[in-house]
Amino acid sequence: MAELMDYDEVLARFDPTLGLEVHVELNTATKMFCACDNSPGGEPNTKVCPVCLGLPGSLPVVNGRAVESAIRIGLALGCSIAPWSRFARKNYFYPDMTKDFQTSQYDEPICFDGHVDLLVDGQTYGIEIERVHMEEDAGKLTHAGASGRIQDADYSLVDYNRAGTPLMEIVTKPIGGLGAHTPDVGRAYLAHLRDLMVALGVSDARMEAGNLRCDVNISLAPKGATELGKRTETKNVNSLRAVEDALRYEIRRQGALLSAGGSVTQETRHWNEQGWTSPGRSKEQAEDYRYFPEPDLVPVAPSAAWIEELRATLPEPPAQRRARLQTQWGFTDLEMRDVVGTSGSLDLIDATVGAGASASSARKWWLGELARRANETDAELADLPITPAQVARVQALVDAGTLTDKLARSVFEGVLAGEGDPDAVVASRGLAVVSDDGALGEAVDAVIAAQPDVADKIRAGKVQAAGALIGAVMKAMRGQADAARVRELILERLA
Amino acid sequence: MTDVIRLTAAELGRKIAARELTAVAVTQAFLDQIARNDDAVHAFLYVDAEGALAQAAAVDARLDAGETMGPLAGVPLALKDLFTQAGLPTTAGSRMLQGWRPPYSATVTQRLIDAGIVILGKTNLDEFAMGSSTENSAFGPTHNPWDLARIPGGSGGGSSASLAAFEAPLAMGTDTGGSIRQPASVTGTVGVKPTYGGTSRFGVIAMASSLDQPGPCARTVLDAALLHEVIAGHDPLDSTSIDAPVPPVVEAARSGDVSGMKIGVVTELGGEGYAPGVEQRFGEALDLLRAAGAEIVEVSCPHFSYALGAYYLIMPSEVSSNLARYDGMRYGLRAGDDGSRGTEEVMALTREEGFGAEVKRRIILGTYALSSGYYDAYYGSAQKVRRLIADDFDAAFAQVDVLVSPSTPTTAFRIGERIDDPLAMYKSDLCTIPSNMAGNASGSFPAGLAPEDGLPVGFQVMAPPLADDRVYRVGAALERAVAERDGGVLTDQIAARWVPQAQEA
Repeated sequence: MAELMDYDEVLARFDPTLGLEVHVELNTATKMFCACDNSPGGEPNTKVCPVCLGLPGSLPVVNGRAVESAIRIGLALGCSIAPWSRFARKNYFYPDMTKDFQTSQYDEPICFDGHVDLLVDGQTYGIEIERVHMEEDAGKLTHAGASGRIQDADYSLVDYNRAGTPLMEIVTKPIGGLGAHTPDVGRAYLAHLRDLMVALGVSDARMEAGNLRCDVNISLAPKGATELGKRTETKNVNSLRAVEDALRYEIRRQGALLSAGGSVTQETRHWNEQGWTSPGRSKEQAEDYRYFPEPDLVPVAPSAAWIEELRATLPEPPAQRRARLQTQWGFTDLEMRDVVGTSGSLDLIDATVGAGASASSARKWWLGELARRANETDAELADLPITPAQVARVQALVDAGTLTDKLARSVFEGVLAGEGDPDAVVASRGLAVVSDDGALGEAVDAVIAAQPDVADKIRAGKVQAAGALIGAVMKAMRGQADAARVRELILERLA
Repeated sequence: MTDVIRLTAAELGRKIAARELTAVAVTQAFLDQIARNDDAVHAFLYVDAEGALAQAAAVDARLDAGETMGPLAGVPLALKDLFTQAGLPTTAGSRMLQGWRPPYSATVTQRLIDAGIVILGKTNLDEFAMGSSTENSAFGPTHNPWDLARIPGGSGGGSSASLAAFEAPLAMGTDTGGSIRQPASVTGTVGVKPTYGGTSRFGVIAMASSLDQPGPCARTVLDAALLHEVIAGHDPLDSTSIDAPVPPVVEAARSGDVSGMKIGVVTELGGEGYAPGVEQRFGEALDLLRAAGAEIVEVSCPHFSYALGAYYLIMPSEVSSNLARYDGMRYGLRAGDDGSRGTEEVMALTREEGFGAEVKRRIILGTYALSSGYYDAYYGSAQKVRRLIADDFDAAFAQVDVLVSPSTPTTAFRIGERIDDPLAMYKSDLCTIPSNMAGNASGSFPAGLAPEDGLPVGFQVMAPPLADDRVYRVGAALERAVAERDGGVLTDQIAARWVPQAQEA
């Protein structure tokens, strides 16, 4: 591991500049340039044809759906859509490339000059998008041998099922002025893209499956300097936390180098899951890709009418949606900030409200009990095995008096443990509130009989003394009673 | 049955449709002719006798069952070995692909099969279609049936030689800088490069994508037009394919009426470097067309002088990228894989061993032209010249209906004569390259024999994009006039040599 400098010390002396390149795998039915099945997985080399295998004589045809997705992504990121753009060939030899060139967009991307506002800890940060362009993925190599690298593999296997999968590359302009917030903003940007892709329905956007891959560029310049420093590009930083960690690590590593009078090598680096970066291919040895316009494809020229048609299909912009929901739900700014600050909770609360729960109850469960359980297992809220409809059902049972909040927590535990729907858990765990006034009445009578002095106080008008009796009844009922009903019964009897 | 092989494709198709001949008998006659003569000519790299006879039998069965098929059903064809045909060896004339059998057929191949055309086999060509003589084939040169010591043109020398040696009545070519027209010119046959996008490139092994175009080869204009009609038309598998009706080429070939047509002679395509016999027959052809009612004028296309130079930047650039995939990883040749070498080294050794000198020369040229720092000066400038050539054509076609020139500056040269002088070899395509650069339609038609060497001279006709019918109209007029003057189409003059006299009907 490299020498690191204290994070705050680095930021006292340097300004970081951030740049992010995110590759998004589209979930189109077919591949970018042929009619092969684009779904992930499958036996190796079964989702291939002469085109994605690059067989002699084969020719590409652009997938119209992929272009549509590209335009929708561009519009959602506030980009201009080029009335005319082209594909180019990026030439280099590698065995995962069937043609030994990648068909990509180069100096004529389909979307350019976008803008995104991110809300991080109550503060808005503007991110400028340089471009969104279309390209194709390569096949997947598996190297047999100790190192798992191509250089000293005993042999290598290649699966071209992924060759030709449509990719969108979303590139930011250099983002400066973030200071110590650089890692948080980087993370928030990636989270925003992930949520946006899901909202657009253009990608499964599962980072652990490689649907979303992030390359992180970072450089430091002495405070007040006008020129940017030498940057490193850390490849394949593939989780939200990793983006934050990688940025923090590189800031500290570069800070240590520069402070010691050294210099940063402009290079690509690898992110190691253990929490550090290591040098990859140096940029000085970078290949000359000999880009030129792809002669086998015609330019992509979407009509203005089509672009407007696609604009109409866009989901509500996140900021606008947040404002609308806050008003609808009647949340305070503080409450809303908690919601926005908890990844995934906005969508979950929205869906829970959609399933019939009140906004406040939905917020209470998702940010309370359920967030606590997610934290315990280090899981994302959205990954908990419970649906918004199930949460709404639990709340409905509470509203009907069948469950108390305490019982509801037990129901959540059962659902999360895979015991079935809320109703099934209530039945199997025997959690329903006893609403049979007969049984409840008997318990109330027994408690009044056992505590005559308290009963007398209540009869004398000291209603607040009822608390002691209610507690005793609830205890006798092992919690499966509605405290409000118990109170009613006690006051009836002692009126 | 040797009389059969002298018939035109149109006549064969008519007789087969009328059941005067069977497709099997016709196919067998050409297979026999190939067996008799191809050791000397070497037009074919692979003869698919079994497949051809099976195809022919299927056509006979359909016709016997009363089915109506197209005018070329049952007529055999020689397929340039650049077109994939599922299951058959496809080499592109290169060691790199020796033994490779594609799992799919080119759109053109499929359309031929669907039309009932019988594919006899795969014809020889310069490696990956790079050359003007077939001497660059990894499998030995093809010989010109007019003089076996001479080249049959290239890259499609195998296809044109198969026609001139009566080994096939029809053939398929591809034309990137003249690979259909120059061989047609030096073998006294007909060859047409359709408008770019007029015929599908899907399944045609690419040399230079923005220039390559498949097209018909035949001994007569009508035969070429009938074949053109079969293969042309929109193909959704080729993004550069034009979605427009096929020009009325057959009608134009049948008509041959040039009265009132304005024909422009390109000033820049003639003069120094052109053989006297070529200039003489070209001039006579103009006289014949004038006599047929056409008006002949001279037109200048000043940027044509830069066409060859620009072509030798654009074409190799695309070549360097298109041929990258031959790396020994997936199919074809793999060299040096003895367990001691890494991927990169095996790729390099494979390419060193698998490619011939001309292919390597172009890959190196193209790699250089696309390199960072040189791109603008080379590839970029060449694209500008390409635009200027297209502008020259536009200006010319505003004045005339077609442009004409000799198809190539000389008649067939001797095998070995230019192989060590790439520049001299490249000049064979001086007249044909402009049409590829502009993507318009162009064809070469026999104009007679050069008096000094008795070898065929070709007459080139160029027409605006999607006006392919004008090419055929002028070609048909010339064919008619030459036949009247000489007593038949040009290849009739060597029929006696290749078709055994004694058995003639």
